[in-house]
Amino acid sequence: MKNVSRSYGTFKALDDVSIEIHKGEFFSLLGPSGCGKTTLLRSIAGFDTPDEGVIELDGRNIIPYPPEKRLVNTVFQSYALFPHLSVFENIAFPLRLKKEKESTVRDKVAQYLKLVQLSGHEHKKPAMLSGGQKQRVAIARALINEPSVLLLDEPLSALDAKLRQSLLVELDQIHDKIGITFIYVTHDQSEALSVSDRIAVMNEGKVLQTGTPYEIYESPATDFVARFIGETNLFPATVVSCVPFEQTHMSTLQVDALGTEIRVTDDDYLEAGTRVSFTVRPEKLKITSHPPHKVSKNINLFSGIVEEPIYSGFQSKYYVALSSGTIIKVIQQHATYMDEGPAINWKDSVYVSWSAEDGYIVEVIDR
Amino acid sequence: MKRSSRLGITYAGPMGLWLTIFFLTPLFIIILYSVLKKGLYGGVEGTFSLAAYRQLVNPAFARVLFRTLIVAVTATVITMTLALPCGYAMARSRHQSFFLGLVIVPFWTNSLIRIYAWIAILSSKGFANELLKQLHIIDQSLPLIYNQGAVITVLVYMYIPFAILPLFTTIDSFDFQLLEAARDLGASRFTSITRVLLPNIRSGIITSGVFTFIPIFGAYTVPLLVGGKDSYMIGNIIVDQVTKTRNWPLASAISLIITLISTVGVMWMLMAGAQEKRERSESLRKAGTR
Repeated sequence: MKNVSRSYGTFKALDDVSIEIHKGEFFSLLGPSGCGKTTLLRSIAGFDTPDEGVIELDGRNIIPYPPEKRLVNTVFQSYALFPHLSVFENIAFPLRLKKEKESTVRDKVAQYLKLVQLSGHEHKKPAMLSGGQKQRVAIARALINEPSVLLLDEPLSALDAKLRQSLLVELDQIHDKIGITFIYVTHDQSEALSVSDRIAVMNEGKVLQTGTPYEIYESPATDFVARFIGETNLFPATVVSCVPFEQTHMSTLQVDALGTEIRVTDDDYLEAGTRVSFTVRPEKLKITSHPPHKVSKNINLFSGIVEEPIYSGFQSKYYVALSSGTIIKVIQQHATYMDEGPAINWKDSVYVSWSAEDGYIVEVIDR
Repeated sequence: MKRSSRLGITYAGPMGLWLTIFFLTPLFIIILYSVLKKGLYGGVEGTFSLAAYRQLVNPAFARVLFRTLIVAVTATVITMTLALPCGYAMARSRHQSFFLGLVIVPFWTNSLIRIYAWIAILSSKGFANELLKQLHIIDQSLPLIYNQGAVITVLVYMYIPFAILPLFTTIDSFDFQLLEAARDLGASRFTSITRVLLPNIRSGIITSGVFTFIPIFGAYTVPLLVGGKDSYMIGNIIVDQVTKTRNWPLASAISLIITLISTVGVMWMLMAGAQEKRERSESLRKAGTR
């Protein structure tokens, strides 16, 4: 889609959105509620008409076509199953509209019931199904028309966490099996990261970044993306100096909140005095009770006091107050039992360190 | 168990008493009157007689009964056809309470006055004819009143609120996303209405149909005031039997016919409603045991 815009009064739901989605891709639209992702999805489905821009499907602008004429089907957030029809008739609905032969309908519905693992439930009414089963019916019903694109509008948001996980994996398997394009709308970054081939992060009607989950997590394009995807420590800083370092550049930043200088590598050369936004993910930080034995120039080292240790089995999260007073988040994975030395407790003095390659300059605020 | 059955009687008591006094007793009186001999100046005499029922079997009465059915069915169909889009528009509107008010406002005026208003509109020198003459669409007054058309028009006007309200209530609780889902799956705007909306608001359609059909079937003021000489309906015959011919047993027998037809209608409605409820509770029960 190119330059798609949509306003409601003065509110810009979609602001010049351009995204290219490849055939067969599992593509996610990720953003907080009200970011425009659902409006975008409804525009693709045909329930909403953009004020400007084109939406092309296989090289043809689909905006003039009504929803029923588009090779696009939707899995609705609230499932939208027809309560007066059985599971079988719900899935058969599109085929009945096309007046398919009874035998064809029977075979196809059976095939798609099997795909979503609901064989044996065909005579139940939707009200008799659990949330997960309803969702499967909705998926089968949307797929039976063999659309070019399947739109999924937060399909798992009404389910509990465990079920969400297993359905997500199943959705991914269905995608692999039938190989059509999936466009998945969600506000849950972990869902998007775990199944998508590529993600577009949206906020306030704009696409902030499009990329693979890895790109979006490791090199967020803006402050918002860095904060929205996963957890992070984010600081405004000023470039003090920048020198070539191996294939990249090593910058020294004066970080206001830390009251000291840190080192970070970045692809671009940055003029001294540039205002930037600097991020380092909590799991990239090391936390130790004693200062590391060997401190290279490329290690940023701080001392601090544990304000809040949060143990959650496979990992611990610490809020560490550095001597400057700034709180920094550290996540320590518990890979090997008791391998990390003595346990770190509340109010312990600790050392927090990270290597210059693990920090990342998110955004140049102004030059 | 004992306690709950006693409680049931306590709760149902007042309702039962009410129905007995104001519904069962009159019904019983009507049944009784219909099988008694008619009094000379109205009323009945204490002798058993099936004369009233014998009088029912005559072509004139059959003609009126048939005409009443035709008028009632036509008016009900027109009313429903108009009420359905109204109810739909109200349910989808952001100004629901405003439109609800508009539907209810006519009830503030006495129905007789509203019928006389229609006479003022439809008569040969009435508003409608004068307007059409002013606009030079016609130069001779059209016969808009004292015919079957006027009866049906005014009946539709009188009973359309009774059709709109139940339709509005059911459509209001309908999930409109189902229409989007239907469109998404390949249904045109029209098919999405017939295949998804209508089956899901069946109970509302039945209720409003019965609420419209039954009062129209028993109507007598409208045909009396705006109808012509061949607009007589069953209601008018009953009134005549009571006030003019003074044949109370016959009036009672005819009333029973109306009651019978209405009862069949209500039973049909209740059965359809009960079936829906049964389906729903069954599905809930099954969902609960999971």
